[in-house]
Amino acid sequence: MNPLSKKERLQIARQEMPQADALKRAGNFAEVNLGFDPARALEESKRCLECAKPACSAGCPVGVDVPAFIDLVRAGDYRGAAAKIREANVLPAITGRVCPQEEACEGGCLLQKKYGSLAIGHLERFVADEERRTGDLGLPPRQPPTGRKVAIVGSGPAGLAAAGDLVQKGHAVTVFEALHEVGGVLIYGIPSFRLPRDIVRGEVENLRRMGVEFQTNVVVGRTVTIDELFGEGYDAVFVATGAGLPHFLGVPGEQLNGVYSANEWLTRVNLMSASRFPDYDEPVFDCRGRDVAVVGGGNTALDGIRTALRLGARKAYIIYRRSEKEMPARVEEVRHAKEEGVELMTLVNPVEFIGDTQGNLTAVRCVRMQLGEPDDSGRRRPMPVPGSEFTMPISLAIIAAGTSANPTVQQTTPDLITRKGGYIVADTESLRTSKRGVFAGGDIVTGGATVILAMGAGRRAARAIDDYLASGAWTVEPAAAAV
Amino acid sequence: MFPIIEARFLAPDVKFFRVTAPRIARKQRPGQFVIVRLHEKGERIPLTIAGSDPFDGSIVLIVQGVGKTTRLMNRLERGDAIADVVGPLGFPSHIAKFGTVAVIGGGVGIAIGYPVARALKEAGNRIVTIIGARERAQVILEDAVRAVSDEAYVTTDDGSYGEPGLVTHRLEKLLAAGFRPDLVHAVGPVPMMRAVAELTRPLNIRTMVSVNSIMVDGTGMCGGCRVLVNGENKFACADGPEFDAHALNFDVLALRNAQYRQAERASLQRFEEHPEADLALVRGSCGLDAAEQALAALDAIQARDVG
Repeated sequence: MNPLSKKERLQIARQEMPQADALKRAGNFAEVNLGFDPARALEESKRCLECAKPACSAGCPVGVDVPAFIDLVRAGDYRGAAAKIREANVLPAITGRVCPQEEACEGGCLLQKKYGSLAIGHLERFVADEERRTGDLGLPPRQPPTGRKVAIVGSGPAGLAAAGDLVQKGHAVTVFEALHEVGGVLIYGIPSFRLPRDIVRGEVENLRRMGVEFQTNVVVGRTVTIDELFGEGYDAVFVATGAGLPHFLGVPGEQLNGVYSANEWLTRVNLMSASRFPDYDEPVFDCRGRDVAVVGGGNTALDGIRTALRLGARKAYIIYRRSEKEMPARVEEVRHAKEEGVELMTLVNPVEFIGDTQGNLTAVRCVRMQLGEPDDSGRRRPMPVPGSEFTMPISLAIIAAGTSANPTVQQTTPDLITRKGGYIVADTESLRTSKRGVFAGGDIVTGGATVILAMGAGRRAARAIDDYLASGAWTVEPAAAAV
Repeated sequence: MFPIIEARFLAPDVKFFRVTAPRIARKQRPGQFVIVRLHEKGERIPLTIAGSDPFDGSIVLIVQGVGKTTRLMNRLERGDAIADVVGPLGFPSHIAKFGTVAVIGGGVGIAIGYPVARALKEAGNRIVTIIGARERAQVILEDAVRAVSDEAYVTTDDGSYGEPGLVTHRLEKLLAAGFRPDLVHAVGPVPMMRAVAELTRPLNIRTMVSVNSIMVDGTGMCGGCRVLVNGENKFACADGPEFDAHALNFDVLALRNAQYRQAERASLQRFEEHPEADLALVRGSCGLDAAEQALAALDAIQARDVG
């Protein structure tokens, strides 16, 4: 229990996250946020009001017992705090960095309005980093082996969260990954200045210590089908393949060299270390001294443009068709990007990419937009302003206009029902699909969302799979049957 | 790790590999490919699967040394191991009874064409093959191709073997003489595939080509391999690698395939100056154990088969 009075707690200011200098950091891939030290963590932890009905835990998609772990931080028991978090969230070092806490745990904090919410994300990160630094791991215990086998398809946040929970329940868990490295979007998508590679590898290693088996270079649907996995003795399969297929804009000139999907741009730099070419083999567009534009307003767009800055771009633009207020990116990421010199061009939309005779991009033709009536997403629909076209010279364009379902598993599993866009139909709570023993969750069901929402789906899947393995009962959920 | 259990040159810069990859060997169909990464710092490149042996769990890769990674691969021997091999990727070739099929392979392209020709032959088609190379020493798989062909032609650019000229010259002559196959399957350099497409287009002969786009993941995630088919974006990895040659925009394919030329050249030069650095990366400690185990397993299979 926190010995401070309520008044004393309110007098402590929210502790700021120390950051690398904006101009220096824009030239390297080191992490932007530097993390709390124990003194700062202690001060922050004292601010918790210890509400009777904590809105923070209720707002957490994986249901972390926030007040309990904060109390352990305050008591200096970092290992205990890590173990407490891991009961609900097996990737604390990752979520402590990339979760949109302002929309989840911190969004419900009573301190938020007047005093600034408790820095739950920063404390989570601190606990995980301390654990890593000291090597004193807070790994939860594992129940006795059940003799049941579960296959997880995809090693992104949904798959890893499900694996962590299922292995704790005593099941044998194998995670199949198509790429050569485990982590999915955490490895190929999110840049190291937001989420260092070693942090992801560390959390994966912890899962391995907990007993999870990983098999890389397996494309389920191609290398082995879902039916064959059942043939190999798996009792249940969780499909967590993500929304990996990049959208293009469908405007002329998108085939030009110098036009990338954000996925390709980020994969080359993050997964393949193209920023270290030629020491690493994979090349990527050399944007040193060049002007670069990213099309889109989400976190992926910001990751793309901040990566270009770090690779030496001269001018770095975000082209977004709505206004800054509608940008789906985290506020912190937008602020970081601006500090580093990214220019926002809002209410602008590309209509054509222009190239030279060698097929290289030289410019983008854009049209200015204005906001009309709200659309299906509740955001005001952007409409082109007639006669407002203009041309802007750029050498590199990165399209971050969203992704859709990866179709590989569905193509080879005909009895798996999908909906428009190829997303798998699964019950919201039980995550059961139309196929017995097969569960699906994360972006492959919902479309592109966040790391923590995918992890939430992974947890629900683990619970549902555990129930199914215990009961053996399989009823087709109306939701899965209807669509 | 994916151990190499056989490695031999078919031509001065073209090497035949058998690589242990049991899951892929069981599943692969003609026309599919794998993505290969040779070592921890390596790039991911697509290589078409030329065949497989489901019994010993190996796949066949036939590799022409043109860039850094393929030149490095062609220095590897039996007992070495490849860090990552993933597949089989892409859609298999459509195998059915069409009637008469012309299978055309330019250079190492016949390594892709041959398994397709064999499968089409087994499906009851009459097979006419045309294979071509720069010179006699570059002609590969001739005996294998002849064994599955009803008619086979060999051309060399310099006339040192078979007919002088290009595969397209031979095709042109056949078409002029009234040859009307029900399907043409062509694999080779982009200019060759384009020339085949232009010959068959006016005659309305269905023509399929297998494209060699630059890829990263090979599963549809990055879109780097996109090509224009009927004016629409298609991904060579997830929608291909075979496309209707009359709908494919070859200009875009050629330009996109050239986009890293400068980097590729720099990388190759750096490698040729110090090949030992990359060979050391391939031959890192764990690789050899895996390779030795696979070789022992292979010997056991062979001993059993002999017994």
